[in-house]
Amino acid sequence: MTTADHRDQLIFEQGTPGQRGYSLPAQDVPSAPLEGAIPEGLVRREVSGFPEVTEVGLVRHFTRLSTWNYGVDTGMYPLGSCTMKYNPKVNEAAARIRGFAELHPLAPDDVAQGALALMHALVQMLGEITGLPAVTLQPAAGAHGELTGMMMIRKHLTTRDGNPRKVVLIPDSAHGTNPASAHFCGYEVRQITSCARGNLSVSALAEAMTPDVAALMLTNPNTLGMFEDEICEAAQIVHAKGGLVYCDGANMNALIGRARPGDFGMDIMHLNLHKTFSTPHGGGGPGSGPVVAVKEMEPYLPTPVVVATRDGMHLDYERPLSVGRVKAFHGNFGMLVRAYAYIRSLGAEGIRKTAENAVLNANYVRARLRGTYEIPYDRLNMHEVIFSDHKQNEYGITTLDIAKRLIDLGFHPPTIYFPLIVHGALMVEPTESEGLAEMNRFVEAMQQIAEEAKTQPEMLKKAPVTTRRSRFDEATAARKPVLRWKAGL
Amino acid sequence: MTHPYIPNTDQDARLMLEAIGVPSIDALFEPIPAAVRLHRELDLPPALSEPDLLAHLGALAAQNADSSKVATFLGAGAYRHFAPCFIDQLLLRSEFYTAYTPYQPEIAQGTLQAIFEFQTLVCQLMGTDIANASMYDGSTAMTEAAMMACRMTKRDRVVVARTVHPHYREVLDTYAKNLGLTIVEAGFEADGTIDRAALADAARGAAAVILQYPNFFGVIEDPREAVEIAKAAGALSVAVVTEPVAMGLLVPPGSLGIDIVAGEMQAFGAPVGFGGPYCGVMAASEKCMRQMPGRFVGEATDTEGRKGYVLTLATREQHIRREKATSNICTNSGLMALAATMFMAAYGKQGLPALARLNFDKAHYAREAIVRAGGKAGVTARFAGPFFNEFVVGGLGDASAAQKRLLGSGLVAGLPLGRYYPELQDSLLVCVTELNGVEDIDRLAAALAG
Repeated sequence: MTTADHRDQLIFEQGTPGQRGYSLPAQDVPSAPLEGAIPEGLVRREVSGFPEVTEVGLVRHFTRLSTWNYGVDTGMYPLGSCTMKYNPKVNEAAARIRGFAELHPLAPDDVAQGALALMHALVQMLGEITGLPAVTLQPAAGAHGELTGMMMIRKHLTTRDGNPRKVVLIPDSAHGTNPASAHFCGYEVRQITSCARGNLSVSALAEAMTPDVAALMLTNPNTLGMFEDEICEAAQIVHAKGGLVYCDGANMNALIGRARPGDFGMDIMHLNLHKTFSTPHGGGGPGSGPVVAVKEMEPYLPTPVVVATRDGMHLDYERPLSVGRVKAFHGNFGMLVRAYAYIRSLGAEGIRKTAENAVLNANYVRARLRGTYEIPYDRLNMHEVIFSDHKQNEYGITTLDIAKRLIDLGFHPPTIYFPLIVHGALMVEPTESEGLAEMNRFVEAMQQIAEEAKTQPEMLKKAPVTTRRSRFDEATAARKPVLRWKAGL
Repeated sequence: MTHPYIPNTDQDARLMLEAIGVPSIDALFEPIPAAVRLHRELDLPPALSEPDLLAHLGALAAQNADSSKVATFLGAGAYRHFAPCFIDQLLLRSEFYTAYTPYQPEIAQGTLQAIFEFQTLVCQLMGTDIANASMYDGSTAMTEAAMMACRMTKRDRVVVARTVHPHYREVLDTYAKNLGLTIVEAGFEADGTIDRAALADAARGAAAVILQYPNFFGVIEDPREAVEIAKAAGALSVAVVTEPVAMGLLVPPGSLGIDIVAGEMQAFGAPVGFGGPYCGVMAASEKCMRQMPGRFVGEATDTEGRKGYVLTLATREQHIRREKATSNICTNSGLMALAATMFMAAYGKQGLPALARLNFDKAHYAREAIVRAGGKAGVTARFAGPFFNEFVVGGLGDASAAQKRLLGSGLVAGLPLGRYYPELQDSLLVCVTELNGVEDIDRLAAALAG
């Protein structure tokens, strides 16, 4: 008889009635009667469907799940535009210090001076790193920062001209969240086509830049891994017509210590702390997306803002021009502690070296794989480089096959099919936390796959074969969604 | 010299530059116009070694009030509960916390299955059909719920009870202003529950009616009335749950006819941590599935016919629909959702009701002790409505001053409500959980009395 592998069981299918994985503090007060204390019909009889499992059962279950995952600590994670760099362990220790982890967000300022001082110092450091000194730490993620930044632009224009304008210009190479964020801030989106070099077309921008346009929203370096080398001209065009330039800071790790967005005309940008400043992304989150802006935008920052006064640090809520609050409490403070620890452990020189090595590694991969894979924009790139499956298509092999085969060879696949303007894109971002030896292993794996594409394409189609599960039928999963477990099904 | 986080040596760099065909690191940055390259070192504090960094952070943390130094009675959307130690140890499994969004399901089954279990547990907890893979936090979840209701009803007005967390209402206002939505607030009665007449009046033509359960004052609102009001008005009903432990004792909103639950799961395994990261969640009836923002994990079958899990329903999302997406969100609170999953599984069927009951007992003991001790000085229970583990005490004169006075005795007494409710200048919102011992409760009662 074949029995189902017990390792396939969900937590609901485990345990036995009567088992438990918790213990409670002693009952040191008399029990209060429920009767009359809770409205009729609102007392719950049972939390049905919840499991009953011992601690050891729980630990084995979740430990087992962890072994089915790939993380940065498992190996190289060359995920372009997502910057999956090493997460230093001291950051985890820092965030768990009791005075940080157990501090209540509504504790009076008097007993939160250390936390507020850390936030204040981080504000100063992010302002210096970007050249944009007005900073909020409140947004919970990069896309949340984008939305906050667009709200600040809207408020600024409304205050300045009495007119928020209607349109936001976005290059066709943009992250998908950019148009969505502009839209959720009440703007209409107009796309600008990139030029043949993979950069923003300044002439297309000049044409699109009407008095209706509130802002240009772009990523620099862009999602092709290229620095927008006409950025100063672009900023001038936008500014001359009274618009603002929003910079998506997703790729700030390429510039840090080498160039500052404030110096090349950006008015406002968000930072992804989990990308540039190494806070771990936890299987999808949390993130943290501070917004930095030119001094003129300071009045519009979300409330509250940390201010230093003679008698210590305070949260300032009295800001009449603020866009308002974008999240309960003060942002993802635990992530702020990690980012602060990261910056303090590197200092100015170390920070600059992170960018230098990120750029060095990405260019090295480009140089080594030239000839093996098509490189749509083959010139000096920044922290990431894009290949396409053009050469492999000849043998029926696609980007997806290449990505899945990389799994068998021990690597997390790169970002695939993004940016949308490159057909069959494979976007590689090694980050600075990989070294030459690892770059070489990655290059060899990619070369091996290119060879296999010619000689045994059917094998690539089956990849991955070393994993617990093979490729999934995602179309059926979306057509007939099963989003939860139910007893007896 | 290399840094512990950066492997390339100078020798490595020389080899790599040669392969690239450029003479120097500087040359790699030539695509940046010379005029805007940074020609100086950043002005940052000097680098700290790991031991020095920990000493520095320890000194900063020591300036903050944690539970080793003070007895805290603060809740108001951030709750102190005991999380079994195994939870944090497993969160530190780096295959969990150093992983990215599970876009490659073959090597992310751990994260994906855990989220599937999270979605299931949230549905069971809240009495709903579906739940997403988590949101930033409760405040943004509530705001997204309001926007979803506007999309589904094609209306642009939202009614929210004033007994909903003030921060949540502030976030809603911020988003609404930019989208041209109108927000109407309904006040509260003397017992701390929603003014039903005002709610019914405002609900006409609205997209959503939002209440909190239990409400911001800790009072248990009966959602059934709001459900009826919303239904009659053709609006969707939304319940905000900031203290999920209460669901161990209360019939969940989904079972009472609420359409959408916007929850904050911080209480389940995430530290209060000065405000984040927390774990928002959205749960709802089936009809909301294709309009709901955020990520979903669904069951799928692999090429060998084996069951597994994938991210699904992505066509609603920003990376496909761009400006037509249901939201701009591209993050969930994966790690916090994992903590909540482990927490719910650990307390389980027996433990969650027991935990809820202990909170209920302690809070009821505390309110009685405070009123008994402070009665002569005019300290009162501000609202007569039923409550779970939070309650408001009034009659304190200036509640902020009272809170400040108590700091000297190592007590963080509760939240002064004047900033959010000018009419409650004399009141504190006090929270008592299983982690507040009877001695501290008695100490608080005595101190508040004078």
